[in-house]
Amino acid sequence: MADTATIAAPDSIHTSDAAHRRLKRRYAFETRFKVFGIAAITLAILALVSLLWTVFSNAFGALYQTNLVLPVSLSAERIDPGATNDPSVIRRGDFEGAVKEALRTALPAASGRRERRELYGLVSDGAALDLRELAMANPSVIGSKEPRVLLASDDANLWIKGYLGSIETLPTDGRATPIGTTGSIEIVAEANVFQPLLTVVKESLLKKAAAFERQAMLQQRGVSYFENLLSQLGDDASEQRADYERQITGYKNREASFTEKADAIRKRAEAPGGREAVDSDLSSFLVRINGGVVKVREVSADTVRGDVILPLASEAPVAANAWQLQRITSSEVSRKVSDRQIVWLEELRKSGNVSVDFNTRLFTSSNSRESELAGVWGAAVGSFWTMLVTFCLAFPIGVMAAIYLEEFAPKNAITSFIEVNINNLAAVPSIVFGLLGLAVVIEFFGEDIFNQDLRSTALAGGIVLALMTLPTIIIAARAAIKAVPPSIREAALGVGASKVQAVSHHVLPLAMPGILTGTIIGMAQALGETAPLLMIGMFAFIKDVPTGVMDDATALPVQVYQWSDFPERLFEMKTAAAIVVLLLFLITMNAIAVLLRRRFERKW
Amino acid sequence: MFWYVALIICGFALAAFVLARGRALSVVDGMAAELHSRPSYHGLYSALVVLLTGITILVVASVASDIWIGNQLRASLPADVKALPQIQQERIIEDARRINAGDIVSQNVAVEIADARQAVAQTFASLSSTRDWLVSIAGLLASLGMLALTYFQIKRRFRARNFAERIILGVLIFSALIAILTTIGIVLSLVGETLRFFSEIPILKFLFGTHWNPLAGVFEGTINENSVGAIPLFAGTLLITLIAMLVAVPIGLMSAIYLSDYASPRVRGFVKPLLEILAGIPTVVYGFFAAITVAPLIRGTGESIGLNVASESALAAGLVMGIMIIPFISSLSDDVINAVPQSLREGSFGLGATKAETITKVVLPAALPGIVSAVLLGISRAVGETMIVVMAAGQGANLTWNPLEAVTTVTVQIVALITGDTEAETAAGPAFALGFTLFCVTLIFNVIALRIVQKYRQKYD
Amino acid sequence: MDQRVDTSLLEPQRVVLPGEAAPETEVAARGVSVHYGAKQALFDVDLDVPKNSVMSLIGPSGCGKSTFLRCINRMNDVIDIARVSGRIELEGKNIYDADLDVVELRARVGMVFQKPNPFPKSIYENIAYGPRIHGITASKADLDALVEDSLRRAGLFDEVKDRLQEPGTGLSGGQQQRLCIARAIATRPDVILMDEPCSALDPIATAIVEELIDELRANYTIMIVTHSMQQAARVSQRTAFFHLGYLVEEGDTNRIFTNPTDPRTQDYITGRTG
Repeated sequence: MADTATIAAPDSIHTSDAAHRRLKRRYAFETRFKVFGIAAITLAILALVSLLWTVFSNAFGALYQTNLVLPVSLSAERIDPGATNDPSVIRRGDFEGAVKEALRTALPAASGRRERRELYGLVSDGAALDLRELAMANPSVIGSKEPRVLLASDDANLWIKGYLGSIETLPTDGRATPIGTTGSIEIVAEANVFQPLLTVVKESLLKKAAAFERQAMLQQRGVSYFENLLSQLGDDASEQRADYERQITGYKNREASFTEKADAIRKRAEAPGGREAVDSDLSSFLVRINGGVVKVREVSADTVRGDVILPLASEAPVAANAWQLQRITSSEVSRKVSDRQIVWLEELRKSGNVSVDFNTRLFTSSNSRESELAGVWGAAVGSFWTMLVTFCLAFPIGVMAAIYLEEFAPKNAITSFIEVNINNLAAVPSIVFGLLGLAVVIEFFGEDIFNQDLRSTALAGGIVLALMTLPTIIIAARAAIKAVPPSIREAALGVGASKVQAVSHHVLPLAMPGILTGTIIGMAQALGETAPLLMIGMFAFIKDVPTGVMDDATALPVQVYQWSDFPERLFEMKTAAAIVVLLLFLITMNAIAVLLRRRFERKW
Repeated sequence: MFWYVALIICGFALAAFVLARGRALSVVDGMAAELHSRPSYHGLYSALVVLLTGITILVVASVASDIWIGNQLRASLPADVKALPQIQQERIIEDARRINAGDIVSQNVAVEIADARQAVAQTFASLSSTRDWLVSIAGLLASLGMLALTYFQIKRRFRARNFAERIILGVLIFSALIAILTTIGIVLSLVGETLRFFSEIPILKFLFGTHWNPLAGVFEGTINENSVGAIPLFAGTLLITLIAMLVAVPIGLMSAIYLSDYASPRVRGFVKPLLEILAGIPTVVYGFFAAITVAPLIRGTGESIGLNVASESALAAGLVMGIMIIPFISSLSDDVINAVPQSLREGSFGLGATKAETITKVVLPAALPGIVSAVLLGISRAVGETMIVVMAAGQGANLTWNPLEAVTTVTVQIVALITGDTEAETAAGPAFALGFTLFCVTLIFNVIALRIVQKYRQKYD
Repeated sequence: MDQRVDTSLLEPQRVVLPGEAAPETEVAARGVSVHYGAKQALFDVDLDVPKNSVMSLIGPSGCGKSTFLRCINRMNDVIDIARVSGRIELEGKNIYDADLDVVELRARVGMVFQKPNPFPKSIYENIAYGPRIHGITASKADLDALVEDSLRRAGLFDEVKDRLQEPGTGLSGGQQQRLCIARAIATRPDVILMDEPCSALDPIATAIVEELIDELRANYTIMIVTHSMQQAARVSQRTAFFHLGYLVEEGDTNRIFTNPTDPRTQDYITGRTG
């Protein structure tokens, strides 16, 4: 302490310049810290948005389905020669033949086995099955020839919906003359009309040359790697030395061959004019002339050679811009639908035989290996049965356990052990519950009690999910019961009710909204659970819609998992669509829970 | 059969209710007030006794008779089969049951075993139908007997309500015990298979071996003890968990801090539900997201800067798992940060601290135990998470720390073993051993986390 | 101590010689009103607080005395819905000016709260917190000396000198409150605000804290909110009486308690209203 009284300096330590400099630094930290917080939230929201975008943008592709509408002749001799009208006879009818005939009639240009097979590939196997179902339900259609809706195959479907590329038209300012109308023909134009096309081809050649050059460079790296090793090698390791030298020679040889290839291609590309092949890893080019379509195979500045896909009407010369040069933006090797199929589909589209309709099949049909036939109905029903079992077990047991623990249990070691146990059970990984299901539910319940194989049944799935959901429900129900004030119990006990009566008449009804909210949230978790169901075999391929809890079933999330494993592009979209259906259920359940909470929430 | 009998017993219970109620009234000539318990309680008591006795007898008889049948079948095996190892005998009985259920069994067996199997199947069929009848009759008789017994118990002073309530209390206790039974079930089923597995394989080879390919020698019917080293699985799980926590902890924690101490109520009301949506999305959807969007994105980015990235890289799986855990960490941290008393914040502000200083120097240290337990629970979740890694991580057991390579995890291998084509008996060993390891590890994390939370709660309550 | 310590930190910032006349004004409030959302909690308060004295704010609960106190170091900023209008001058400078920094303000105007709120850290760390964040000590030795000095001024040093590294939350209630006062002193403020500092303490601890307040007066301007008129009479030189959000009367403590001019003050002091 100072022993003499002094008057304070005019500047306090908090207002000095040094203090202000410190303050500036402190505020910089404050800003940084806040920016971190905003960045964290932005990242989290960004993740959510991109996840939902992935799902919804993909799901959109599955919502619409391409159909071909073609006149189909369901002649009696093909389907029901004896005119029996007996469904079991009609079932064996040749509907596939009818579909094929309709396609041949619509596109007579397809000839030869290969082309025919491509033609039939435009339509799904499901088209004939649809017709069969129609005829069985309504035998009067037999003998008719009317336009029928034929389900397009997945590749045709994707093309029509624009997922596999599109067609663009290039300018053609010069006369062109076809030489020939079918087979492999040449088209000669007067100006250098095809120069742009040739340029495209040459650019791709340059790219190929560059790729070879890169390969050559990589070989060089190998050479220097082994040369380095070689230089570090002692004198006595002659065997090793020989090996390294062999490696170096190998790399050098490969480098030379790559360089040679690159040079050759580059020379071709850089030379003006000439005639080059249009490879199938480039975009495809088509010439539309005289009512026909030619696929370009070879190109020079003024001439193309190609295969006729749709025959030309004549060899007459055609004025500029009265014929068309078209480009399919994707290369033929990159897609499953061939150039020929694309031309046919565009032809059908032009004549109004293609319609894109809302895909009801997605919601009404069950699982299938054919991507265009698969739907979520079977899985949704399976989920329903599973959830039914889960609810019937978990809700009453959970509520009763909560009532016991909250209202009746003495405060002793056993009770606290049960509590700790429930809390821990809530955090056990779901896959462990799956193993429990495998060992106990299937072995014990299956063999000992029901005397039946419970593997992949909704019952087994439901039991496992119920055990998993139980802790959630118990914890929620206890919280709800605890929230009922003791005065209510005392009032009931005070008029002579037994404890059981006080609880069942007064506490439970008041706690019910809270219990239900917790139960719904628990059920929503269970609905999205996949791993335990995989463990007990619910991932098996199941075509039929389950009719009860003892049937083999699958569930929505399992269906999602299964479809996501299939390579077809359309399955990817259907996976997303199945996720959307799943999310809709979850959103509905959570919305109900929120409403319940809002509607019945009480402040005591 | 079981369902029908159970349904009939329910019918008996209903009848018991009506009968007992009527009798209670008739005992006192309709003067209900003279009864100790109201007539409905007599009905309830009778119905409960009938229902519970019937169902219990039915279940017990089913289990007991099944064990008895198992013993009968084992005894009925021909002498040459009895000479075979125990496991093969069990396999034959198992197959016989399947034949009876109409399932397909392996045809790739010796003739005498196939014959024995058929014979056992026939014995089983006859025993099984007899047993169904006996069990049903036992259940029905027991419930009928109880109906009669309780009917004649009814008297004026009979304390039906007290008895009924005691039964109800018993049912409540049983419900509470189911949680314990589940735990016991988990432990027993995991331990049983795991012990069987370790009787064939030394436990140290499993815990410390570095080569994992458990089904390598499976066609010879044995498991090679040198190919069940789970270290690559543990390492892969650890790597993915680490990546996930590196994503989830900073983002989750900073979000929680921003939401609780900086955000305006409007921002909070908008962001919190979004995080809850993130929490409610099923993991299979995250798996899809990882496989369709994130993995190709990482691969593309990596390749554009000249890195070699596996299409099922640990980074993709870890990143998406981290996203999944963000809301988990943020909501738990939010709870503990809000539990720090406002007076501490005011004390700090009163001394002239900025918000950031108050949070980093006062609030976070005070909330540290809670945050640590949130992180532990997050780790436990990441370790046990299945679908994301099944869909986005690799299958091959690859011992590496490079996050751009594919690694596999414990859960992926459990799924692969159980859902694979291998005989369940063979695949179950390693799968359950992995499951048991997983259970123990997550249990330890959970127990520690819950302990910390409990202590922390006491401090501020 | 043979380390070289910056002794200027340990010297009181301002010492007034006894008997000095007409003390200058430290805090001056002009037309201060506070709204919580739509509700007005404080109406047009004018008040001068002289330097190096203790000013008590008294009045029935909900009268606005705590609200007014919290205006002086802008603690009301923490509450989203609070809105303050009017001027409060600290040494002639309006603290609600846009260019005034709230962090600097709070460093100069310390606060002690109703309930002792030591941080869950050691006693030493509790005291060192303020100097550390403000960076007002240059070395560890300075900090040690400052901590010791602050604890001494708060009359706590002898009780805790052997357990400076033990948690501050382990002290008794009265010790905790003195720790909070020491914590406020350590930041080297000009003004200390105390919001019912003894309401959570037993009578013995209260007496110790009151004694402490009286000692601190030599170096600091102190404003204390209290619900106890006896306490106001014991510790303060001037007293302000608040009622329903209005400053009813302000003056020398002795006069207020013996000869109030306003009937509302009269009623309150005689216990007719509470």
